[in-house]
Amino acid sequence: MLSRMWNGLIKSQVWNSFFRHGMPSTNRNRVLVMMSNVILHLHPVKVRKSGVKLEFTWCMGGISFFLFLVETVTGVFLMFYYRPTIEFAYADIVDLREQIPLGMTRELHRWGAHAMVITVWLHMFRVFMTGSYKPPREFNWNVGVILLVLTLLLSFTGYLLPWDQLAMWAVTVGTNMARATPFVGHEGPGAALLKLGDISMVHAGSDIRFALLGGRFVGAGALLRFYVLHCIAFPLVVALLLSVHFWRVRKDGGISGPL
Amino acid sequence: MTETIEAIINWLARPSIYVTVATVLSFVMFFNRVFWTKRAGLVGLLLVIVFFAFSLRNDNFRGIVTYPDNVPIISMLIIVFFFTWLSMFQAYRNDARIQAGGRPVEADETHDKVFTWPDLVYPEFIAAILCTAILVVWALGLPAPLEEPANPNVTPNPSKAPWYFLGLQEMLVYYDPWLAGVVFPGFIIIGLMAIPYVDLNPKGNGYYTFAERKFAVSFFLYGFIVLWCALIILGTILRGPNWNFFGPYEQWDVHKLEALVNVNLSEFFWVKALNQGLPANWLLRELPGIVLVVAYLLILPKLLAQTIMKKMYEQLGAARFYLVAFLLICTVALPIKMYLRWLFNLKYIVAIPEFFFNI
Repeated sequence: MLSRMWNGLIKSQVWNSFFRHGMPSTNRNRVLVMMSNVILHLHPVKVRKSGVKLEFTWCMGGISFFLFLVETVTGVFLMFYYRPTIEFAYADIVDLREQIPLGMTRELHRWGAHAMVITVWLHMFRVFMTGSYKPPREFNWNVGVILLVLTLLLSFTGYLLPWDQLAMWAVTVGTNMARATPFVGHEGPGAALLKLGDISMVHAGSDIRFALLGGRFVGAGALLRFYVLHCIAFPLVVALLLSVHFWRVRKDGGISGPL
Repeated sequence: MTETIEAIINWLARPSIYVTVATVLSFVMFFNRVFWTKRAGLVGLLLVIVFFAFSLRNDNFRGIVTYPDNVPIISMLIIVFFFTWLSMFQAYRNDARIQAGGRPVEADETHDKVFTWPDLVYPEFIAAILCTAILVVWALGLPAPLEEPANPNVTPNPSKAPWYFLGLQEMLVYYDPWLAGVVFPGFIIIGLMAIPYVDLNPKGNGYYTFAERKFAVSFFLYGFIVLWCALIILGTILRGPNWNFFGPYEQWDVHKLEALVNVNLSEFFWVKALNQGLPANWLLRELPGIVLVVAYLLILPKLLAQTIMKKMYEQLGAARFYLVAFLLICTVALPIKMYLRWLFNLKYIVAIPEFFFNI
């Protein structure tokens, strides 16, 4: 009965419009499945045997990407409920935990973010230890370094959004550094030199920290800016660079191995 | 008995001892095969378990470690230990094979190709399911932290940056924000990006090895394990109110007082050594420090090129070598300043508060 239904299904027009080949149980179909599926075709049809060993790659790049997807999905759910204003932000976070069914979306998002920071570090660590940044993969290592920085920035901008004491003061501590940026921070070395006559150009209301926070302290402006950066700007850049990163892995010869 | 052990560990955890032990121990370990065997890995695992079993009985330690946002740091500690061991285990295994005239393990199968479906796609699928399971259990078991609503008028003590930046916050003890928060993090990024262009060693491409890239691997591991991860642990577990040091079993006392009698190099030079007042002119006042810093940044690389790093200079050429040497002495500048602080209470080598320029 079940096998009759199954046979009927895989012969149906619907199924065959999805999958243009049989089950991937023959070599021919294993090739076809990789080539005809847009997601799977990130991978080549065949890979280095030494490169798919878990002890070689630790799967950290793959896990990082998976966590990025988890963050995207849970992040979209959170955006349904969360409003980035001083009036609502904190209350919405409380509601997320106490009022909303399956109230662990925020937990998944936060712990996934922490995990992603760690897996991205470990991915870099593995790539370094196997010398996989060496020619011809120099460029892709650099894309990876930028992705690592963006991962930290994503995590940092997200840290502010719950708008509790932890968030506000952690971001205050972090952004206070910007005050001391040479030349463009108002307490940075060289800032005092940038003057037009008697009027100093770099002051608390015009320096890099002001641009970052949209104000002189962590307030409504900072919350909105961090929200937009966290939900729109950084994810878009990460998605773009991830495409480049994956594409270059293929172009530079796949997972590295001894030459 | 318990108290004695706790007192010893509290003492060992003091920043000066902690950083010294971490540095010495890691270099001894990098260069010794005995630490990277399966047996050594098991002993290390056992030590970690014993340490946590012992420490979790202590209320202060348990309070810090089980604080929800600190859980990732503790897991990171164990995970980083494990993966350092795993990479060095494979590196030493390959080195032994190469020394015996063989090839690295990876070379045996590097030219064999397997079908991506199922050999790669299945493990990826299993990894995704395992990750989901771990995340769901983690999310169910541990609520995400949520404190009082943000209040600009109440500053928590200590105010800590997110955990992954705590190494940088620890650096603030020794360097001013323009260095610790802006310039040095910039150098970390530039340094990472420069790696493929300054490492001309063709060996060790695509397999684990230590013997063939001793300098590169030990420099990277020192930066990643000691200066990044170990300082995060220090900032999380061992820094309490007012960023004062607290041992892992010590209660966080807001009123703990630590004498701060830090002295600038200019005061050492003019007041203590020459027995006169500080010159009014800032340039003259800070001249000793400026000379020292310029010599450190400009003359030391030249000296290195002519002496102990001569071989590397010849291999890399001037441009690449001076970039490596500059990044190296900037990396070492952190522990140097730490020791100057601990040994001599030195505050600034160059102190020109007139221009917010302190080193």
